[in-house]
Amino acid sequence: MHDLQPLHGVAGGLLIAVSLAVMLIATGKVAGLSGIVGGLVTADDRTWRAWYVAGMLAVGAAFAAVHPSAFDTGARVPLPIVAVAGLLVGFGTRLSNGCTSGHGLCGMSRLSKRSIVATTTFFGIGVVTATVVGAVLR
Amino acid sequence: MNVLALICGALFAAGACISGMVRPSKVLGFLDLGGRWDATLLFVMAAALAIHVVAWRIVKGLRAPRFGARYPGPPSQTIDLRLVGGAALFGIGWGIAGYCPGPAVVSLVSGATSSFVFVPAMVIGIVLARRVAP
Repeated sequence: MHDLQPLHGVAGGLLIAVSLAVMLIATGKVAGLSGIVGGLVTADDRTWRAWYVAGMLAVGAAFAAVHPSAFDTGARVPLPIVAVAGLLVGFGTRLSNGCTSGHGLCGMSRLSKRSIVATTTFFGIGVVTATVVGAVLR
Repeated sequence: MNVLALICGALFAAGACISGMVRPSKVLGFLDLGGRWDATLLFVMAAALAIHVVAWRIVKGLRAPRFGARYPGPPSQTIDLRLVGGAALFGIGWGIAGYCPGPAVVSLVSGATSSFVFVPAMVIGIVLARRVAP
């Protein structure tokens, strides 16, 4: 586990929010990440989504090159369980139409009832799940 | 529009990397109440929400977006099983792996083995959801 890094958290949160806010103001899209990535495989307007993901990967690669410790190397659970988790995240976010960015940031900030319900649900269940898994592992 | 998307994707990834949210260990440090608790995620959310409140204010004062037809109308009020069930499944996956969709994709270029497993599985989940509940 790591220590609290409030300044990094605030700086990163501001950048994430500016990214989503610029998309909202310039395009009128509530462009959450599960929607952008999901649309790459299921929607018709793939071009701008591909550019968005290209920007993500380029900056990710720059961080990986300059500051590799920005990323984790190992996983907390075995890889087959990571695969199940990925399946649940993909399925669940599309079913509920949003993830941490779409519901958690875009929706919550306009006091959308749906987003508040979704966010409290995935945060609550996320805390319970992570705490149970942590207890099993410890 | 495409250049804008490229820049926004870049900004998102920079934010995810700087805040540590691309590290499942840091996200799980927040979600797992049994370990050494790490509140960084709260600071990320608080800072981002503050910006978004302002963004919605700006949207209110504008007529139409530069690169789109219209701004979203008032949010839907429908709370159904699909919303709550989907969010619950997402919460289980998030609590297990510590990845949500954006940071998982950014991590692909870091060589983190778990993201190579997580992202394809997530894409399968997305496609399945579209099939099962279009």
